[in-house]
Amino acid sequence: MKTVTGHRLFWPAAVLVVMLLANVVVTPGFLSVQVRGGHLYGSLIDILLFGAPLILISIGMTGVIATGGIDLSVGAVVAISGALACYMISGQDDQGSVPGVLVAVGLALGLSAVLGLWNGLLVARAGIQPIIATLILMVAGRGVAQLITSGKNINVNSPPYKLIGGGYLLTVPFAVLVAAVVVALAGLAVRRTALGMLLEAIGGNAEASRLVGIRSRRLIVLAYTFCAVCAGIAGLMISSNISTADGNNAGLWMELDAILAVVIGGTALTGGRFTLAGTVLGALVIQTLSTTIYTTGVPPQTTLVFKAVVVTAVCLIQSPAFRAKVFRRRPGAPPPDPVASPGPADVEVRA
Amino acid sequence: MNRKLTALLAAMALALAATGCGGGSGGDSGKITLGFSQVGSESGWREANTKSVKESAQAAGIDLKFSDAQQKQENQIATIRSYIQQKVDVIAFSPVVVTGWDAVLKEAQAAKIPVVLTDRAVDSDPSLYVSFLGSDFVKEGEAVGDWVLDEYKDATGPVNIVQLEGTVGSAPAIDRKKGFESKIAANPNLKVIASQSGDFTRADGKEVMQAILKANPKIDLLFAHNDDMGLGAIQAIEEAGKKPGVDIKIVTIDAVHDGMQALADGKINFIAECSPLLGDQLMDIVKKIKAGQPVDKRIVTTETTFTQQQAAEALPTRKY
Repeated sequence: MKTVTGHRLFWPAAVLVVMLLANVVVTPGFLSVQVRGGHLYGSLIDILLFGAPLILISIGMTGVIATGGIDLSVGAVVAISGALACYMISGQDDQGSVPGVLVAVGLALGLSAVLGLWNGLLVARAGIQPIIATLILMVAGRGVAQLITSGKNINVNSPPYKLIGGGYLLTVPFAVLVAAVVVALAGLAVRRTALGMLLEAIGGNAEASRLVGIRSRRLIVLAYTFCAVCAGIAGLMISSNISTADGNNAGLWMELDAILAVVIGGTALTGGRFTLAGTVLGALVIQTLSTTIYTTGVPPQTTLVFKAVVVTAVCLIQSPAFRAKVFRRRPGAPPPDPVASPGPADVEVRA
Repeated sequence: MNRKLTALLAAMALALAATGCGGGSGGDSGKITLGFSQVGSESGWREANTKSVKESAQAAGIDLKFSDAQQKQENQIATIRSYIQQKVDVIAFSPVVVTGWDAVLKEAQAAKIPVVLTDRAVDSDPSLYVSFLGSDFVKEGEAVGDWVLDEYKDATGPVNIVQLEGTVGSAPAIDRKKGFESKIAANPNLKVIASQSGDFTRADGKEVMQAILKANPKIDLLFAHNDDMGLGAIQAIEEAGKKPGVDIKIVTIDAVHDGMQALADGKINFIAECSPLLGDQLMDIVKKIKAGQPVDKRIVTTETTFTQQQAAEALPTRKY
């Protein structure tokens, strides 16, 4: 039992399961998934589909946070990427042409990569604090998105583009497949090569890792670029899902949701050890929370309070220090294996 | 010597006053100068609003000084101060937020420049401005409620209504909800079974509607506080295998171009207009103020409602 509860993914997973069960109690058919109109249909599919952009951004954010940084600009990149792709497609004579859509998608992702590179260079080369460096793009980026759309919502009517965020492949939402592939590739890259360890080394002590010969600057730039590309893909999904680029609202405050997902997943904001699987769970917890609010009919005025209460509870239950105080089974026993959950280390330092 | 100096000073003061006067009336003989401070250009609605003000000013022969505050109150206050210094004849603005206008409005009053609010209200003392020209959101909600009452007047069983509210706490969301719910209260069959905020955006409208569709198997009518949320919900309804406008009737407010198109296509059943085209009314008010005629403290924008038929007819000549 102790090995199960001691696993670093136990608490985020438990929270997700509890939340789903609570939904089943309120809405009996919540877990049912059926095939309707040639594709899977159900609340679970909704959670995965609307959660896909958040999962992607959170994965990118995990890499950045692992290096001890933070990226506040992802929401703005979401808006820019969607705006550019829709702007390009809306200008084509045949909006349904596959090559045209591919070019638009390629350009949008290219621009996202450049924006990530900019963030990375500001942090790694210019030595600006990550929170400030990315704050620049967070503020300016939304302006750029509005510049591209000239302040209007750009509508597109393009079946190939619609596939990215609203289409289905073999009855499964295409966006979910894309997110799964990115998560799998990122997982392979960080755990089957030394990349993950190097990122953790930088997060642990950037100067020491540089002295032992890790090219920390280059890896930091890489982390920010990957994060921005993830946000770019998410931006494509969000605009594709509604066939509209909304420069004002797309991805608004999403950076905060992503940071929250990373933390709920069990990665500490101080950098170092990180877990991609935990982040995916964290993102799903956040999306499930939103869907729960809509299906159970929490009054809109209290939505934010409800969310805050749940998030607070989730964070508390993950803190060994809190658990030791509240559920004192063996008085005086030290909190469980500190390596198992890096989050609490942060709590203890502040306490 | 002393007298000479006094005379010289008096002459200089006169000369200064004369040039000051000339600047005040814009140099033209009798042409009215209007300083207008716009919120920003955040939506298609706002863009049409700006265009309307500019075109109407030109048509009315009013000299318009226009400024875009880019959603920032400090920009707007700075602009209004500069209008006061330029001694324009009338100042009009769409306040970004409700609070914090007392000081600058008092400055305008001290400079004897009348102020007109457009589209949005402020919480300052009404004596600080001449008139407020804008939509009545409660009335818009009531117009939609009236249509729903009429549509279901013969309904024998319960009618399940879903409401997509605007941004929590915003004036249009509060007032439209109030107007709508006060009307439908007349028929006990009409029941709001779910009411959630879609933040006035298409993406949220879709996401919220998708979740509500799953929790409520029988929905008869959707009321969205603006077109964009309604358009998002239409996609959700279609993806659930239902026909918007037929299986689930849809009523919205705004009448922007995309909404009107959906209305003409039969996917929306009824739209109450929230018109940004208040330029002509604004110029009338400005002229009246200048002519010394009294103007009403509250002037409601001329607005209408659209059925599917009317939308199809209105679309080709629609300005936004």
